[in-house]
Amino acid sequence: MALTNRSKTVTVRELTWSEKLYLPAIFKGMMITFSHMFKRTPTIKYPDVKREMAPVYRGQHVLKRDEAGAERCTACGLCAVACPAEAITMESAERKKGEESLYREEKYASIYEINMLRCIFCGLCEDACPKEAIFLTDRIVPSSFTRGEEVFGKDILVESQDTPVDVTKRQSPEVLEFKKNKSHYHNRTFKDAKPLVNKHH
Amino acid sequence: MDALLIYKFILCVIVFVISLGMAAYMTWGERKLAAILQDRVGPDRAGPLGLLQPIADGVKMFMKEEMLPTQSNRFLFILGPCLFMITACMTGAVIPWGSGITIGDVTYPMQIADINIGLLYLLGVVSIGVYGIMIGGWASNNKYSLLGALRASSQMISYEVAMGLALIALVMMTGTLSLGEISRQQDAGLANVVYQPLGFLIFIICAFAETNRAPFDLPECESELVGGYHTEYSSMKLGLFLFAEYINMFISSAVMATLYWGGYNFPFQHELGLEGNTLAILQTVALFAKIIIFIFIFMWVRWTLPRFRYDQLMHLGWRVLLPLSLANIFITGIVMYFLGKLN
Amino acid sequence: MLSEYAFWFLSFVAVFSAAGMIFSKNPVYSVLSLIITFFAVAGHYFLLGAQFLAAVHIIVYAGAIMVLFLYVIMMLNLNKLEEEKRSIWSKSLSVATGGILMLVLLAAVRRTDELNAIAAGEYDAAMGLTQNLGNVLYREFLMPFELASVLFLGAMVGAVYLSKKELA
Repeated sequence: MALTNRSKTVTVRELTWSEKLYLPAIFKGMMITFSHMFKRTPTIKYPDVKREMAPVYRGQHVLKRDEAGAERCTACGLCAVACPAEAITMESAERKKGEESLYREEKYASIYEINMLRCIFCGLCEDACPKEAIFLTDRIVPSSFTRGEEVFGKDILVESQDTPVDVTKRQSPEVLEFKKNKSHYHNRTFKDAKPLVNKHH
Repeated sequence: MDALLIYKFILCVIVFVISLGMAAYMTWGERKLAAILQDRVGPDRAGPLGLLQPIADGVKMFMKEEMLPTQSNRFLFILGPCLFMITACMTGAVIPWGSGITIGDVTYPMQIADINIGLLYLLGVVSIGVYGIMIGGWASNNKYSLLGALRASSQMISYEVAMGLALIALVMMTGTLSLGEISRQQDAGLANVVYQPLGFLIFIICAFAETNRAPFDLPECESELVGGYHTEYSSMKLGLFLFAEYINMFISSAVMATLYWGGYNFPFQHELGLEGNTLAILQTVALFAKIIIFIFIFMWVRWTLPRFRYDQLMHLGWRVLLPLSLANIFITGIVMYFLGKLN
Repeated sequence: MLSEYAFWFLSFVAVFSAAGMIFSKNPVYSVLSLIITFFAVAGHYFLLGAQFLAAVHIIVYAGAIMVLFLYVIMMLNLNKLEEEKRSIWSKSLSVATGGILMLVLLAAVRRTDELNAIAAGEYDAAMGLTQNLGNVLYREFLMPFELASVLFLGAMVGAVYLSKKELA
C-alpha cells in the first residue's frame, strides 16, 4: 500500500531495435570526441605563461609603513573583529621613547599574526582598517610543508623599508572615495558614529 | 641462398626495430591524442611537442627499483612478461610489408616468412599470447593479479572463436591461408572489406578484445583491479607488459590492413608509371598509412567508450559475435555458390 | 642434415618435458611442461610436412585446452601437492589401466616398421598441405568426420545440461 500519493512506479524502457545494435550510439559518441580535436585547449602553460590577474586581486597581506618608514598599525584590533574567519590575532604594546621612527602611533602591535590556512581573503580587514595599514596584494601565498609555517607573523607581513609593496591598485580613487562614504557602517570611526545614529532617528 | 639468408636476417632486425619504435611512439601518440580529444595539451616538456617523451619514459622504466614480491614464484614471475613480449613480436614475421625489393638482379619479397599457413600461424601465436598474462598474473600471488589473469584468459579464448570464424569466411573467399597471396589477390581485385564488411566488423571488435584495449580492458582495469595482472610488476618488467600491448596493437592493425584493406596496395598504383624499388617503398608507406589510421581508431575508441561489464563482454562474445560470424560464413557460402565460385 | 638435428632436438625436448610434466610437484609447472611437449610435437609435425596439423595442434591444444587447464588450476589454487588417501583397490586398478594403455602403445610401436615401409614408397611432400588435407577429409572421410562432429555436439549438449542442472 502506498503511504503517500507521491510515489512513482519506475520502469526501464525496452530498447528499440536500433538502440540494441549500439552501433549508432557508438558512432555518435565517437563523433563527439572527434569534434573535440578541433576545439581550443584552455590550458595555460603555467611556468612559461602566467595567467592574467585581476587588478584588485586579493592575495597575501602586507602591513604598510608610512612615508617616514614607521609602521602604520596601531593594534586597534578592528581587523581582527572584522575578520569572519577569525584568522587575525595581535598583541599591543606601548611605544617607548626613541622608537618614534619605528612606530607611527603611541600604541603598536608587538605581535601580529594572520593564519593563512583560516584566511578566506575577503578583504574585510582592509576595509575595517582606519589607519590604511593592512592591504591585500596580488602576491600568491606560498605553500608549505607544515601548518605552523602558514601562520604569518610580522617578519613576513610588514613590508621591508627598502622594497615597499605597491598597493596603489587597491587604493584607486574609487576605493578612496568609497572609504569616505560614512553611511557604510564599516567606514565609520568612533568620531563619525554619533551624528549618524541621530540622523536615523 | 646466402644472400637470401642475410636479407631475411636484416629484414627481421628491421621489422623488430620498427615494431619497437612504433610501440614507443604509440605511447606518445596515445597520450597526445588523449589530450587533444579531451581539450588538453598532453606531454610537451621533453623535446618539441614532447617527442622525446618515449625516451624519457624508457630511461625511467630502466631506472626504477625492481621489486619481486616475497611470496611470488620468482621464475614464473620473470617468465610472464618475457613470454608476453616474445609472442607480441613473433606475429610480425608473416606480414607482407611490400611487394618486393630489388637488390642487384634479384627481387626479394618484403616478408620474413611467406608460409602457406600464415593465417593459422597468426591464430596460433595469438592463442599462446595469453600465457604471458596468465603466468605473470598467477605468479604475482595477488588476488587482483589472479583475477586479471583469469579475466584475460577467458576473454581471449571467447573472442578467438569469433575471430577464427570471421577469418574462415575470408579464407573461403580467397582460397588461401598465405598472407602474401591474399595481398597479391587484392592487388588484382578490390580490397576484401568490400566483400566481407560484416567479417571485418567482427574481426576489428575481436582485435580490440584480443589486445586488451578499451572497451575490453577488463584484465587490467585500474578502477577495479588496480592494474590487474601487472599490479605487482615494476621497473622494465612492467614496461614489457605495457610495451607488448602496443606492439600487439601495431601488429593487429597491420593484420587488419593486410587482410581486409588491401595490404600494401594502394589505388592506381600501376597507373603511376613507377617501377621496382620506388613502387615498393611507396607501397610500404601506404601500408604504414593504413596501419596508423587503424592505430588512431584504436586510440579514438579507447578515449570514447566506457569499459564493458564482465557479463556484457561474455554476452557480446558468445551470443552476438559468434552467431553473427556463423551467419557470415553461411551468407558467404550461399553467395559463392550462386556466383559459381565453388568447385 | 638440418632436419635431423631438429628431429633430435625436438625429441629430446618432448621426452624431457613430458617427464617433467609427470614428476614436477607444482601443478602449474606440470601444465607448462605439457605445453612445451605440445610445441615439440608440433615441431615434429612440421618436420613431417604436416603444416596444417602442426598449426592446429598449437591452436587447439596449446592455445585453448591448456589455457583452460591452467585456468582451472589457478582457480582452485592447487599450489601444494596433496597426497590423497587411496585404497589398495584403486591403486591396483590404476596400475592395471595404465599397464593396458602401455600394452596398446607398445603394440602400435611394434608395427611402425611395417607402416613406414608402406608409406615410404608413395611419400608425397605436399600431402600435409591444408588443401590436400581438406580434400581427403571432406571427400574420402566425410562420414567419419561428420560423425566426430556429432559426437562433439553431444558432448557439448551434455556439458550445458550438467551446468544447468538446477534449472531442470
